[in-house]
Amino acid sequence: MHKPVSTAQNNPSGTPAATDVALRVEHLKVYYATPLGDVRAVDDVSFNVYRGEILGLVGESGCGKTTTAMAILRLVQPPGRIVDGHIWLDGVDVVRLSERELRRLRWETISLIPQGAMNSLNPVLRVGEQIRDVIEDHEGRQPRKEVKERIQSLLHMVGLPSRVYDLYPHELSGGMKQRVCIAMAIALNPTLIIADEPTSALDVVVQRVVGETLLQVKEQLGISMILIGHDMGLMAQLADRVAVMYAGHLVEIAPVRQLFKNPSHPYTQLLIESIPSIKERKPLKLTEGLTHDLRNPPPGCIFQFRCPHVMDRCRVQRPELQEVEDGHQVACYLY
Amino acid sequence: MTSAPLLELRNVTKIYGGGFLRRGPVTVALQDFNLTLHEKPAKIITIAGESGSGKTTLANLILGFIKPTAGQILYKGMDVHRMDRGQRLQYRREVQAVFQDPYEVYNPFYRVKHIFDMVIRNFRLAHSREEAWTMVEEALNVVGLRGEEVLDKYPHQLSGGQRQRMMVARAFLLKPRIIVADEPVSMVDASLRAMILDIMMRLRDEHGISFLYITHDLSTAYQIGDEIYILYQGTVAERGDTVTVIETPKHPYVQLLIDSIPVPDPDVRWGGERVLTLDDEEMRTSVQSGCRFYPRCSHRMDRCLASRPPLYPVGTLHDVACFLYEEGPHAPSATPSPQAAQTEAQ
Repeated sequence: MHKPVSTAQNNPSGTPAATDVALRVEHLKVYYATPLGDVRAVDDVSFNVYRGEILGLVGESGCGKTTTAMAILRLVQPPGRIVDGHIWLDGVDVVRLSERELRRLRWETISLIPQGAMNSLNPVLRVGEQIRDVIEDHEGRQPRKEVKERIQSLLHMVGLPSRVYDLYPHELSGGMKQRVCIAMAIALNPTLIIADEPTSALDVVVQRVVGETLLQVKEQLGISMILIGHDMGLMAQLADRVAVMYAGHLVEIAPVRQLFKNPSHPYTQLLIESIPSIKERKPLKLTEGLTHDLRNPPPGCIFQFRCPHVMDRCRVQRPELQEVEDGHQVACYLY
Repeated sequence: MTSAPLLELRNVTKIYGGGFLRRGPVTVALQDFNLTLHEKPAKIITIAGESGSGKTTLANLILGFIKPTAGQILYKGMDVHRMDRGQRLQYRREVQAVFQDPYEVYNPFYRVKHIFDMVIRNFRLAHSREEAWTMVEEALNVVGLRGEEVLDKYPHQLSGGQRQRMMVARAFLLKPRIIVADEPVSMVDASLRAMILDIMMRLRDEHGISFLYITHDLSTAYQIGDEIYILYQGTVAERGDTVTVIETPKHPYVQLLIDSIPVPDPDVRWGGERVLTLDDEEMRTSVQSGCRFYPRCSHRMDRCLASRPPLYPVGTLHDVACFLYEEGPHAPSATPSPQAAQTEAQ
């Protein structure tokens, strides 16, 4: 593995030309119906994912990051529904596709590394058969030997030996299962991979191995990724740009260095301040959790109840995302 | 004996499997574990390790859910598994637990005040409704909640952080001496973790309650812990003062662990050079006699395979189970990574 990994190479200016956009999400709204009204899980979210970059999507649980990912895959289940918006992937609007067209799209153009991979593999199929299913479902039946070689080279790419081809999921450790899921996700060379907390159930040593595997896949195949998580340390290590969500809204998006050097939205500042350090002991930063009902978002800024800088304006009108530096957008009236 | 320690574990071993009829391979979940905790001063003792290292087995042993295969667990000098009814009731009351998942511990059909009603009834804590209500309110105030805001709600109406604080309040209601907290913050959002950790520190400082803080997250342990035990496959790899252990790790495994914590700075990449290969990972629990870390260790010697290294002292309140430190606290000549070398030089 080559180190140090340079993230700047892929995005020298921070704002690549529009042609480099792999995925464009426009004004996406996903609501969940409840007897007491709609929960606005994703409320008017827009962002781009450029080719060959890892976009980190962070926020606390319930902020809508997984729902956003599921909407991109068109996997939002009732009572949830996509209310409005467009999801452009390679020039196609995913929101308007039929179920048949979606079956083609999934795995081929967009694939998912689910949360808790240990539970997402079929326990009664060998690893090789599961990956072959994915390939043959999309490309039709192929000579067994060729497919096997192809699968083994996929396994090598994620740092697993060929033997894994013949093993069952229960014979693998958590980190290995997670890497099998990565191998499956890259099997058909998709444009975009969505990785939903790919390392949340793993300990730090294995987390590092899986993280480095993701970086390697990105470098070698130039695949774009959306990496969902809440560990800011991991984001610093893996992401090229980071988008911060709070209560269904996108509040800040910036290249990773700028976000850590100059976090602008008060919520992002809070997230970065609350990372526990192993360098020095310092007083803990205390905050309250989500403080409003998602069915009745307050008029104005979504973060007003927890914000230390709240102004009268914030209670009246919602701030729009605006550029504060090159490629760095914030939804806050302070700027 | 003047006064027995509050909690003492003597050579506690827990082995799963390999019973009378099923001659399957045994799993040594915990081996020869020793720990002494005195009533004063109250301490937060961290038990850290990766999944499968025996952390939760240890918690279950201390809480009395399972019996040790060998060794003793003594609470105030009494063997936990040989107590009479009265002693056991006292033990159940004074040793409380807070679990990992604050979503699963509540019955969704009852309002959250039900959990308080239950403990008050079971332990006959109060003589009247008013007294009970005052006690609950006081316990909730300790964790920064107000009764009127939360008690009449259903579990799904509370946030994860609020639910976990309610569990701490429930434990506090019983005036325990020890709270066993099994990954109490791993399912709570990063920005809200601080609040739970702060409550733990306040209960220690203001109410003299000790904690066994079981976690895999060394950074939160570093922020609040007094002593730390780092487990690797059921054995203690390193133990000592939390700050000393995390700032100057000695055991090759602990060094690898600390190098692998992602640094929240895009310009500082993961430290160390070694990337584990599959074969290393797969050799878990394959070594029975020698050092458990042998298959993954970059300093392994032949003798590590022959016998298990005991804990060698490398400083005041700092012990390491590694033959490299048999001669004294000084690091081996070949340092495993540039980062570790720097820390040791300091």
